[in-house]
Amino acid sequence: MRSNVISYLKVFWGFKMDFELSNEQQLLKDSVSRLIADNYDLQKRGAIIKSADGYSKTVWKQLADLGLLGLSFSSNYGGFDGGPVEQMIVLEAFGTGLLIEPYLATIVLSGTAIQSAADENKKSELLSAISNGDHLMAFAHSERLSRYQLSQVETRAQLKNGNWILNGEKTTVLHGGIADTIIVTARTKGSDRSTDGISLFLVPAKTKGITVNSYPTIDGMQAADIKLSNVSVPQNALLGECDKGFLIIENIEQHGIAAVAAESVGAMQCVLDMTVDYLKTRTQFGRPIGDFQVLQHRAADMYVAVEEARSIAIYAAMMTTEKDTEKRRHAMATTKAQIGVSCREVGQGGVQLHGGIGITEEYAIGHYFKRLSMIERQFGDVEHHMTTLSMMDSPD
Amino acid sequence: MELAFSSEEIVFRDEIRAFIAEKLPESARKNGGRWPHWSKEDVVTWQRILNEKGWAVPHWPVEYGGTNWTAVQRYIFIEELLRTPTPEPLSFNVNMVGPVICTFGNDEQKKYFLPKLRNLDIWFCQGFSEPGAGSDLASLKTSAVKDGDEYVVNGQKIWTSQAHNADWIFALVRTNPNAAKPQMGISFLLIDMKSEGVTVRGIETIDESRHVNEVFFDNVRVPVSNIVGEENKGWDYAKFLLGNERTGIARVGLSRERLGRAKKLAAKLPSFNGPLADDPQFKRKCATVEMQLKSLEITIMRIIDRQRRRNDSAPDPATSMLKLRGAEIQQTTAELLADVAGPMVAPTGQIRAAYEGDFPAELEETLGIIPHYFNSRAATIYGGSNEIQRNIISKGILGL
Repeated sequence: MRSNVISYLKVFWGFKMDFELSNEQQLLKDSVSRLIADNYDLQKRGAIIKSADGYSKTVWKQLADLGLLGLSFSSNYGGFDGGPVEQMIVLEAFGTGLLIEPYLATIVLSGTAIQSAADENKKSELLSAISNGDHLMAFAHSERLSRYQLSQVETRAQLKNGNWILNGEKTTVLHGGIADTIIVTARTKGSDRSTDGISLFLVPAKTKGITVNSYPTIDGMQAADIKLSNVSVPQNALLGECDKGFLIIENIEQHGIAAVAAESVGAMQCVLDMTVDYLKTRTQFGRPIGDFQVLQHRAADMYVAVEEARSIAIYAAMMTTEKDTEKRRHAMATTKAQIGVSCREVGQGGVQLHGGIGITEEYAIGHYFKRLSMIERQFGDVEHHMTTLSMMDSPD
Repeated sequence: MELAFSSEEIVFRDEIRAFIAEKLPESARKNGGRWPHWSKEDVVTWQRILNEKGWAVPHWPVEYGGTNWTAVQRYIFIEELLRTPTPEPLSFNVNMVGPVICTFGNDEQKKYFLPKLRNLDIWFCQGFSEPGAGSDLASLKTSAVKDGDEYVVNGQKIWTSQAHNADWIFALVRTNPNAAKPQMGISFLLIDMKSEGVTVRGIETIDESRHVNEVFFDNVRVPVSNIVGEENKGWDYAKFLLGNERTGIARVGLSRERLGRAKKLAAKLPSFNGPLADDPQFKRKCATVEMQLKSLEITIMRIIDRQRRRNDSAPDPATSMLKLRGAEIQQTTAELLADVAGPMVAPTGQIRAAYEGDFPAELEETLGIIPHYFNSRAATIYGGSNEIQRNIISKGILGL
C-alpha cells in the first residue's frame, strides 16, 4: 500500500487552470475517503473524544502507513513531495469525517515550521519522526492577550550561559497536551507587539518548568494552556534566525489557513448533503419540507456558499507557494474571510433547516456546526481578515 | 489569477490589451468613462473592429467565425473588454441567437445570418417575456399560425431590451396551443422588425431612460423558413441559449471596473479625516466586493473547466450560481458608486444634462451614477431572476 502511495505522490503537478484531479490525485482522494468512511463515524469519533489521549493512535498509525503524514514533506526527509493540492485533498477528506487527530497541529503547523526554518539535521530527524507517526508536535503561539495579532508575543526568551531561558504563558495550543515537542514563540527583543524580535524555539514537552493544562475543545479536539517557568533549552533549540521569527509564524498561519479552508469545504459539503437529505425525507403539512420554496432557496444559498468556499480553498492552495509576500498575504486574508463567511452561512443554515434535532448533541449536524464555528475563529475571523484586506491594495 | 494563468495565457492577455489600446475608437473610450456608456454607433463600430480582427465571436465554431480559443482565453478576452471598458459585443447576436443558429439553424439561415450577426449588420433583440409570462416563461401566448408558407403572428412581447435599435427579433411563439405540456408547443422564430404589423413602444424606466420596450405583433406575416430548427422545439433551443456561454454572465470585469471607478471618485471626495477613499468603512466595503469577486472568478474557471470536459451542449445548472452572485455583486458596485456620489445624485436627468460643461470636470461622472444605480436593479431580474436561479439550483443541483 505504502509503495503505491509513494509512486502516485511523486508526480509533477502543474496548475495551468486545470481543476480536474490527475489519476494519482483521484487515487489519493479515494484512498483517504475510504479510510475515513471505514474507520470514522460519529459514534467512533465520540469514543475517541472520550479516550484518554483524545485522539486515536490506531487512526494516526493508519494515516502514517498510508503516507499521508509525510505527504507534503520533501523526499529528502522521507516525505513524498506532495504539493498543496494533495494537502487540500487530504484535508477535505478529514473535514468530511470531522477527524480530530492532531494533523493540523503536528503536520501542518509544526511541519511547516520545521520545513521552512529548521536546519538539515533537525529536518531529517523531526520530519521523518512526525511522518511515521512516532512523534507529535504542537505550535504554541497564542497568548491570552494576542487574539489574532500575530506579533503580540509577551512570552520572553533570554540567552543565559549558553542556554535559552523561556518564561511566559501560551493558550489554546492545539494538541499541546499530547505533543512530544512544542514549538514555542517568544520575544527575544522589542515591545510586546513589534514584529521584529520574535523567535521560535523547539522545546521538548518534558522539559523542566513546563506546565501543560490540557482540555477538550468545543469541536472535539484537544488544546492546552502551557506555562513556561524558567524553561531552559540549549542554544541550538532556536528555530530559524533569532528575532526574525515573524515571517515564519506568518507562513505557518498561512498554511494553517489553506488547511482549514480545505477541511471546512469537506465539512460544509457534508452539512449541505445531510441538509438536502433531511429536506427530502422530513415531512410536514403532508409533504417533504423540501417542497417549500423558502427552504429550497436557503439550501440554494448554502450550495453557493459551499462552492465559493471550494473555489477559494483551491485559490489558497495555489497561493501558498506564491513568492511575492504581499500577494500571498492578500490571497490568504481573502481566503480566510471567504471561508469564515461560508462556514457561518452553511453551519447556521444546516442547523436551522434541521430544526430541533439540529441543536442536539446526538445528531451529526451540530458537530459539524461546532467544527465550522471553530474554523471561523482559527487563524483570524472574517472581521480580522476584512480589516487586513481593507488596509491593502488588491492585486487585481 | 496571475498564478493560475500559464505564461502563454499571459502573452495572450497582453495581446488583447495591446489591441484594445490601439484600436478602441476615441469616442468609445470617452463614453466608457461616463454614464451611460455607449451610443449605438460605439457598439456597432467596435464590434466591426473586432470582426475585422476575427474576434467578434470567439466562442462560435471556427467555420462560422470562431477563434478556436480555449475557454480560458475566451474568459480573458471578455474580461479585458469589460475592465477597459469597451462596448460589449451585442449579447443578443453573439451569445444568444448566433449560437442557436450555429447549432440548430439550416444552411440558408447560417449563410444569411451568421456573417451579419458577427458584423452587427443585423441587430437582434430577444422576444421572450410577455405581460403574462415572465418567470413562468412557458405560459407565453404570442401565437404563430401557419398559413401557406407563412406564419401569422399575433401577440405581445414586453421588456424587450433594445427593440428600438433592433433590425430583427428572435421570438418564442406558440405554434401548438394543444400540446401536452406548454413547453412542447413553442417555436423559435426570427422576425424582421420592419414587417408590417410590428409596433414598438418604449417603456420609460426609473433611470429616465429607454432600454426596454413593448413589441406588438398584429397579423405579422413571417416566412415559414424563418423558423429555427424544428417546429415546437423552441423551448429546447431557448434552454440551450440560456445555458450557452453563461460563464460570461457574471461579468466580473465589469464589477471590477466599477469598483475601480468608485475608488477613484472617492479619492476626490471628502470624509471625516481626509478623502472618502481612505475611510475605513469605505475601504472595508471595497475589500468585501474584491473578496466576493475572487471567489466568483475561481468558480467561473472551475465551471469553464468542467464544461470543456463535458463537451456537450446541455445547460449546466451551476451557471445559475454565476448569474446569481454576479448580478448581486454588480448591484453592490452600483450601490457603492451611488453611495460615493452621495447627495449629488439628486438632480433629475434634465438638470444633469444642463450641468454638462458647467460642473467640475473631475466630478462630472457623479451625474450619471444614479441612473446607473436604478438600472442595476434589473440585473437580478432579467435573464431569469435571482429567485428563478435559486429554483434552478435547488431543483437541478440539489434535487429538491
